[in-house]
Amino acid sequence: MAGPDVDPFAGYRPDPFFCELTTQRPGDAGAPALIRGRIGMIGLDALRARAAAAENDLINLGITFTVYSQASAIDRILPFDCIPRILTAGEWRTLEAGVKQRVAALNLFLHDIYHDRKIVRDGAVPAELIFGNANYRPEMEGFPVRFGTYVHICGIDIVRDQKGRFCVLEDNARTPSGVSYVIENRHLMLRAFPDLMAGMRLKPVDDYGRRLREAMTEIAPEGVDDPQVVLLSPGIYNSAYFEHVFLSREMGVPLVEGADLTVENDRVYMRTTAGLRAVHTIYRRIGDDFLDPTVFRPDSMLGVPGLIAAWRRGNVTLANAVGTGVADDKAVYAYMPRIIRYYLAEDPILPNVETHICREADALAYTLENLDKLVVKPVGESGGYGITIGPRASAAELEVARASLLADPANWISQPVVSLSVAPTLTELGIRPRHLDLRPFAVTGRDTWVLPGGLSRVALKEGSLVVNSSQGGGSKDTWVLAEE
Amino acid sequence: MSRNMPLLARYAEGLFWMARYMERVENIARLVDVTQTFESPGHEAESWYALIRINADETFFSEARMQPDPEAVKHFYLLNRDNATSVPASIEAARTNARALRPLISTEMWMHLNVFHRDLMTIGEEDLQGDRLSRLCARIKEGVQTHTGITDGTFFRDQGWFFYQLGRLIERADQTTRLLDIRYHLLVPASSEERRVTELTQWGGVLRAAAGYHAFRRVAPVAFSAEDVVGFLLTDTAFPRSVLLCVEQLDWHLTQLRSRYGLRGTVPALERIEEVRSALLGQPVSRLIAGGLHEFLDAVQRDLNLLAQDIGTAFFRDWRPLAKPAPGSAPPDGTVAAARSPDLDPATSSVQTQVSARVG
Repeated sequence: MAGPDVDPFAGYRPDPFFCELTTQRPGDAGAPALIRGRIGMIGLDALRARAAAAENDLINLGITFTVYSQASAIDRILPFDCIPRILTAGEWRTLEAGVKQRVAALNLFLHDIYHDRKIVRDGAVPAELIFGNANYRPEMEGFPVRFGTYVHICGIDIVRDQKGRFCVLEDNARTPSGVSYVIENRHLMLRAFPDLMAGMRLKPVDDYGRRLREAMTEIAPEGVDDPQVVLLSPGIYNSAYFEHVFLSREMGVPLVEGADLTVENDRVYMRTTAGLRAVHTIYRRIGDDFLDPTVFRPDSMLGVPGLIAAWRRGNVTLANAVGTGVADDKAVYAYMPRIIRYYLAEDPILPNVETHICREADALAYTLENLDKLVVKPVGESGGYGITIGPRASAAELEVARASLLADPANWISQPVVSLSVAPTLTELGIRPRHLDLRPFAVTGRDTWVLPGGLSRVALKEGSLVVNSSQGGGSKDTWVLAEE
Repeated sequence: MSRNMPLLARYAEGLFWMARYMERVENIARLVDVTQTFESPGHEAESWYALIRINADETFFSEARMQPDPEAVKHFYLLNRDNATSVPASIEAARTNARALRPLISTEMWMHLNVFHRDLMTIGEEDLQGDRLSRLCARIKEGVQTHTGITDGTFFRDQGWFFYQLGRLIERADQTTRLLDIRYHLLVPASSEERRVTELTQWGGVLRAAAGYHAFRRVAPVAFSAEDVVGFLLTDTAFPRSVLLCVEQLDWHLTQLRSRYGLRGTVPALERIEEVRSALLGQPVSRLIAGGLHEFLDAVQRDLNLLAQDIGTAFFRDWRPLAKPAPGSAPPDGTVAAARSPDLDPATSSVQTQVSARVG
């Protein structure tokens, strides 16, 4: 057993990866060294006991997501690692600017493809990539949205490579989740580790609900003075239900289910004890397909019949807008640097992970030559389906990938394997390096605001690059140091 | 600040049911406790089976092929999750409602209910043995009382709070009639002196279970009669669990919903309350007992059930008649006969696992 006199970081070897705590960075204000010292003072045993108590709090508070198997529903917590991830004020300035730029480009892109389609006519993005995309919604063509904002809530997955450079891994422009954990993790740190946090000057995370409510009010149909905002959730059996509860409380608006809403004369109402009350903005946490059984999936029990008609008449606003899924598609992702340059005439502040678009001859040739070093991904699929990781694939698997690439190059992209950065994480063996990513959240009504920090997801298994909660991922409190 | 925030019909319904289920959990513990107290040597089975009768659970109990012995009855109410009138089923239903209400109720209410639920799910056979049973009942009562206290101290008092109170008060009034009815089902010895003492003991037990024994002693004549006890439990408005106090409070809460929040649908419910009040006050207790206490209590339970229906049809989203009465069995006045949640499809609504109408 390690006593307080043994440095808990004694066995910590982050090399060859970039470490979010121990790698020297300018402008860290001495915070990483201070945290390291304080963890040493607490000692490994006390750290473990307090972390366990903190996780128990999460269960009691019901800060959980639900995992369904055949007959049972189990409430699980997102495992919480008590060693914070620190971002300097300078790093955050870059991230914030990069996220805003990306959101601006996504919205301009969506507006364009549902209106004039200039980017297609100019040949910057292939037409079939957009119009052949399952997430392209013809219902959106020519439809105006306030302030040109389609993606009101955006989560952008960012990783850091071996050199400490931030790169975007994925855009989430549909119904990104996880923001509740950003705020709950901070509350948890304040309750369970006040001594780690004492005197730290951090950017606060408590403003999210107000900003979100403000944006939802801004985007309400014109002419409505005091719009009724609601959050539309699939209900208590949804795995992200806690987050829906959290957001409705933080915004101070009702959490409704589809059956709480009804449409009459193309207007949306909620059923209250005093009868029907008009609804003006719906922050929906259900996918496009389930919104309205009369337009999309007829078997959807979650949606509201007539909702799309009411929305097309301009009587209600949906956030995010319908049809944003075409912008966060893997194939479109590959074009994002070009999309940013096309609309904003700026270089991307946050680069993509280097991506080879195999529909282009050079990229295809490069990919085929370096198949054993690259990750090859099909563009149409989601959820990791069809991916070949070159360095871990057998010769036979590489041959299958080669054949697929040659058969239909346009369906493939390739990327180098990114050596994700690591952060010290409390494990059974002691404090060890574990890979992590970052998902900042941007809220856009008239303007874009980015919640300082974001969700740091950490792969708790040694060597693993998979940070998803469904596959053993956890999370950390993300500290953004205040400006000097 | 606007005090006139709309309340989702589903929330009103969820609050009503959450409160009912929590109140029911407490009262099951009270009933089990008092039954244990009444258990007389040689007649244990009868004592315990009275519990089945006052809850109108005979059919379900026999369908479940359970023997009417004390262990089976205790198991039925404290451990059997398939029994909709059991502690585990009620706390489960309360938590499901609370979960849907998380956007509205206080974090402290949710956290306590969540932890209490988990605690009750760990009750096992061993907790039902010997002196542990009484301690278990105390633990359950205390858990609900903690819930009540947290609610009182933290739940914002707008519309939703009133619906919460309506559910709680209807359940409490209903349960007091059942507690009173338990006495009706008990055996009494034939000889007059023995009978007098036994009755005294039994009434004392009922009062204790209702947490009214000492107050009753203060206000009642030294040589009290059955009439005094019945009158106390039914109509003493200083006694927190009396039916009349619950009815008066129901009246007040409904009137508030009408005047503060302009809910006009309260009229049928207010009229129904008038009926219950005149039934309770319309005749002296002696005549009421002479006319058949059991039948009278049945009628009150039926009225309370109709009151819940009046509220439900006026304000709740998914309210529907509780169950289809079997052909020919519907009483002429349209009363819904003993309905149980297994008759309902629990998947149709996130909120309802209703077990309200259990008219004996």
